[in-house]
Amino acid sequence: MITRTDFDIITSWIPEGARVLDLGCGDGALLKHLAETKATRGYGIENDNASLVACIQNQVNVIQSDLEAGLKDIADGSFDVVILSQTLQAIKHTEPVIAEMLRVGREAIVTFPNFGYWKHRLQIAVSGKMPVSDDLPYQWYDTPNVHLFTINDFEAFCRARQYRVLNRRVLAGANEALLLPNLTGSLALYRFKRG
Amino acid sequence: MHATPQFAHFTSPLPLSCGRTLAAYDLAFETYGNLNANKSNAILICHALNASHHVAGTYADDESNIGWWDNMVGPGKPVDTDKFFVIGVNNLGSCFGSTGPTTIIIETGLAWGANFPLITVEDWVDSHARLLDRLGIETLAAVMGGSLGGMQALAWSIRYPQRVRHALVIAAAPNLSAQNIAFNEVARQAIMTDPQFHDGHYAANEVVPKDGLMVARMIGHITYISDDQMEEKFGRNLRDGLKFSFAPEFQIESYLRHQGEKFSAYFDANTYLRVTKALDYFDPASANNGDLSITLASASAKFLVISFTTDWRFSPSRSREIVKALLDADKNVTYAEINAPHGHDAFLLDNNQYHGVVRQYLQTIKT
Repeated sequence: MITRTDFDIITSWIPEGARVLDLGCGDGALLKHLAETKATRGYGIENDNASLVACIQNQVNVIQSDLEAGLKDIADGSFDVVILSQTLQAIKHTEPVIAEMLRVGREAIVTFPNFGYWKHRLQIAVSGKMPVSDDLPYQWYDTPNVHLFTINDFEAFCRARQYRVLNRRVLAGANEALLLPNLTGSLALYRFKRG
Repeated sequence: MHATPQFAHFTSPLPLSCGRTLAAYDLAFETYGNLNANKSNAILICHALNASHHVAGTYADDESNIGWWDNMVGPGKPVDTDKFFVIGVNNLGSCFGSTGPTTIIIETGLAWGANFPLITVEDWVDSHARLLDRLGIETLAAVMGGSLGGMQALAWSIRYPQRVRHALVIAAAPNLSAQNIAFNEVARQAIMTDPQFHDGHYAANEVVPKDGLMVARMIGHITYISDDQMEEKFGRNLRDGLKFSFAPEFQIESYLRHQGEKFSAYFDANTYLRVTKALDYFDPASANNGDLSITLASASAKFLVISFTTDWRFSPSRSREIVKALLDADKNVTYAEINAPHGHDAFLLDNNQYHGVVRQYLQTIKT
C-alpha cells in the first residue's frame, strides 16, 4: 500500500507542471494528488479493469496496457518523470522495463519493499520461512512479487548500468531509516536518470 | 421510454467534400432527456453503417421497435438521460428519414437514387453541427459513437474543436486498412453487378437489387463477428444433414442468408454504396501527410477511446494508433481495451466492464 509518506516524498521530487507517466498507477490517487499539488499533466498505465474504472472516477488519464508489453506507443523523452511505485518487484522483465522508463522519461522514480529489512532477515534466519510484513504482505504461494531484492542489490544494478541516483529515501514505516538503511529500512524510494 | 422522431429542414446550401452542394435537406433526429438551462448537457450519438436516429426507447405505436443502442442510452443507463440531453441523428445519404438516395425530389417527383452525391464523414459532421445550431446548442458535453460512429466523433473533435468537450471513440480506427476497403469493395461489387441494379436507377425501374444487397450484408456480417464466436455459435452444425446440394446446409449458411434477407428488406442499395465509400474515404490524418497527432493538435476535447480484444474489423491496435496520436499531441485521453469474445459487434452488446467504463466516464462530466 502506498502511504502518505511515500506520496509526500514522491511529490517533493516532481517539478511543478511536469509531464508525468505513472506505471501501474492503480486507482490513480498519486496522479490525482500530483495534478492537484504540482499542476502536473499525466497519464497512468494500468491493466486491471477495476483500477481502470477507479482512475476514471479520479479523473486521471489512464491507458489500459500491460507494462510487460512495453511502452512502445510512447515517444522517446516525452515525459519529465516516469514513476513505478511498488510495482518493480512484481514485474517479470525488470531490466527492459527500467530501460523503457528511461527511454520515455528524463527521470525515473521507483519505490520498492526492501528485502534486506532486518525483520525480513530475522524471519528467514529464525523461522526459516519467507518473510511476511506490512510491505511484503503475501505468502510465498500467493504473492504477485516475482523479484525480491534489497537496497544494495538495486544500487549495484544502477551502478552497473551507469544510472545516476539523484535522490534516495528509505522508510521504516512512516519514519526515515537513516542509519544502515539496507538493514533498518522497509521501503526504498529512488529518483534516478541515465548517467 | 418512448421516442418521437423529429425532422429539421435546412434551406441554406451544404457544400460537400465531393464538390457538389445540397441545396436543401432534412435531418431526422430523436432526443432523450431534457436540455438544461445553460445547454451544457447535450450528448450527440453518431450511428454506424446501418443504424439510424432511433438510438433508444421504443415508439408509442410500436413497442417492438427498440433503439439500436438502448442498452447504453436511457434513464439510469451508462449514457444517463436523467443527466444528459441525448441526440440521435440520422446521417445524410441514409434511408431512414434524413435526405438520401430514397428521398423524392419534389420538382421531379422521382427519388434521388444514383444521382445522390457521395457523402463523407466530414459532411455528416457539418450537417450535424447545423442541427446543433438549430437546437441552440453551442457546445456538446460529449460526442459519442461506435465503429463509423466513432469516426464521426473523432472527426467532430478535429473539425469543431471548440464545440466538443469530450469525444468517446469506440471500436473505431483512424482510417480503413486495405483489408477493410477490400471487404467494402466486394460488397459494392455484389450490389453493382446485380442485374436489378440498373446503375443505381433501380427505383425508376421499379425493382430492387435484393440479391446484391443480401450478399453485401453477408460479407459485412462476417467481419462483425469473431472467429471464436462464430465457431461457438455455429461450428460445423448442420440444419438437416448433408444433401449434396447447394441449398444452405450448414447453420452458418442459413444464418448469413437470414441476416442478408432481413437487411435487404429494409436497407437501400445506393445508401449502402455511399456509406461504405464514406468509410473508405475517412482519413483525417491525410491532411497532414498521414500524421494523426498533428491533425489532432487543435482538438480541445478530452478523449475516451475503447476497443474490444476480439474485434478484427477495427482491432485494438487501430484504436491504439488513435491513443498514440493523442499522447503525442499531449491530449487528455483514457483508453480501455475491453475483453469481449464477440468481435466488432461487441460495441453494441452488454458488457459490464465496457458499460462501467462509459458510465463512470460520463458521471465525471460536469454539466
